[in-house]
Amino acid sequence: MELVCALAIGVLVGSGTWLLLRPRTFQVIIGLSLLSYAVNLLIFVTGRLVIDRPAIIGPAGFEGSSAYADPVPQSLVLTAIVIGFATTALFLVVLLALRGLTGTDHVDGQEPEP
Amino acid sequence: MSFWLRHLPVFPIVIPLVAAAAMLFFAEARRVPRLSIALAASLGQIAAASALLYFTTDSAPYIWREGIGTYSIGGWPAPFGIVLVVDRLSALMITLNAILALSVLVYSSARWDKLGVHYHPLLQLLLMGLNGAFLTGDLFNLFVFFEILLAASYALLLHGAGTRRVKSALQFIVVNLTATFTFLIGVALIYSVVGTLNMAHIAAIWPSLQPGDRGIAEAGAAVLGVAFLVKAASWPLNFWLPGAYTAAGAPVAAIFSITTKVGVYAILRLSSLLQEPLPLGGSWLFYGGIATMVFGIAGMLAARQLQRVVAFNIVLSSGTLLAAIGLAAPTLIAPALLYLTVSVLVSAAFFMLTGMTERMRTADPETADSPSSHPVTYGAFQVGEPPDPQAPDAEVGIAIPAAMAFLGLAFVCCALLVTGMPPLVGFIAKFGVLSATFHGLSSGVDPARSWVLIALLLLSGFAGLIALCRIGMRLFWSVTGRTTPRLRLIEAGPVAFLLVLCIALTAAAGPMMTYVSSAADTLNDPQTYIRAVLPDAQESAP
Repeated sequence: MELVCALAIGVLVGSGTWLLLRPRTFQVIIGLSLLSYAVNLLIFVTGRLVIDRPAIIGPAGFEGSSAYADPVPQSLVLTAIVIGFATTALFLVVLLALRGLTGTDHVDGQEPEP
Repeated sequence: MSFWLRHLPVFPIVIPLVAAAAMLFFAEARRVPRLSIALAASLGQIAAASALLYFTTDSAPYIWREGIGTYSIGGWPAPFGIVLVVDRLSALMITLNAILALSVLVYSSARWDKLGVHYHPLLQLLLMGLNGAFLTGDLFNLFVFFEILLAASYALLLHGAGTRRVKSALQFIVVNLTATFTFLIGVALIYSVVGTLNMAHIAAIWPSLQPGDRGIAEAGAAVLGVAFLVKAASWPLNFWLPGAYTAAGAPVAAIFSITTKVGVYAILRLSSLLQEPLPLGGSWLFYGGIATMVFGIAGMLAARQLQRVVAFNIVLSSGTLLAAIGLAAPTLIAPALLYLTVSVLVSAAFFMLTGMTERMRTADPETADSPSSHPVTYGAFQVGEPPDPQAPDAEVGIAIPAAMAFLGLAFVCCALLVTGMPPLVGFIAKFGVLSATFHGLSSGVDPARSWVLIALLLLSGFAGLIALCRIGMRLFWSVTGRTTPRLRLIEAGPVAFLLVLCIALTAAAGPMMTYVSSAADTLNDPQTYIRAVLPDAQESAP
């Protein structure tokens, strides 16, 4: 389980970084999205991977700290998802505006000299 | 404690938030209510900031012990809930921010706010993010406030549109989004082993970490440091800055002069709490700062446009601060804080001045805001016809006499302050840094690094002087193609206000130095901060 998670995060970060370094704005935005997935997964697993444990105290009362999953990373990851999503959406708008203004999808707003 | 006093620390965050929301009830075209709300909010922030500044001095020790006030949001006690912490450094930064906000607001109401929509709400949200970042005592909350200020700054950078702005905003957003993810990775790594996000709690637990966990925690702190260095514009993470700050409108660039200092603030805060300069493990911060200074100097000498020179000066001042913090000499913090204050005020004044000198060369199409470049957003937001941006110049408005004389005088003042030449406070700040570095030599700070810092400080002043002399001569002494701009009082006033403030600081350098020295004392003794936030925490024994 840990290995699968670690591999998933690693692959996402690797692909995201590679795409981020590409010259086309569309590749950059996909790279940013992959990076944000990786970061969200990383935040989530900082609470340790556990199964069948709720993150809230049930009606039966407190049953000892090992009976629960860590709720903090879960709330952090929610915030991170929302913020990452919103800023990526904003980036999409700017991307389209630049495409419209310059007629090219290069991040520098102009095609490189051949 | 009275209601107002108890809730005082939260006001710098709540006032701009409420103001930004309230402004949205009025259509874009109704400028008077919008402007009045913005003005009231700015005055409110100045009042709150002055109160914070007063209560953190030694003159009111009975209110907040040791000059540190805390505010638990929602009443949850410290390590579980989010706390706001006001110490002298925070109060100083918030006051700077409030002063800058008022000047920028007044300045931009002359013509800049008409170039696009929702300028004033965005400005207030930017201020909210800045104030929150200076106040919060929680690492994840710091991230949230960073995002608020960044989201607002993206939109403000785009304000006025135009190809150049959209292009540099795109790059600005990519770099900052990447830094955001780096920030989150750092926070996640630290949380995974320390188990808390409260900064004071992290600092309390830090020395007693198990050796196995320590590696991850330090890696997390280093990753976090990289994210802050991007915001603080440290070389090689600062190539976004000159383009973005040159493309931004003058008042936007002016308020941006404090947003890079948020990175410096965060580095200073965490380095002080963890008692090691932030990217950890030796002198990375110092060498990063030195490289940034060299980059700033080279950029200033190479730049041909005034706004670009000022942008590189921001890089230079960031580099100076990072190198001073990275030298890890306790005596260097106080003069560095004075330098930061002066540098923020004068950079903002200089950027606003740039907006006025640009109009002396209206023939230059690259820099002038042509009417065709902005109305895109008006259609999108359906707020009706854009007001003609050229009209306000012809409109009534008290113009100041002797516009050229004012511009020239303000330019000379800015140049003296930026380069740290006598007699103004820029000199005192720079001299303070130099003398503290000299004193550090005798108390065991690495002499080679101290001499490098001293040499670069002197060189940077000299280079700044050359760059500004050259630009100033071309700007004011060349006869061809110059028009005397008509300056309105509300444009010239804020620049004059900031410069008079700098001159007043020259006279009041003594009290100011006392204040920053006690701010530095708090920073040099992180236990004070930890005690204030976690009054009943046990000294965690290993």
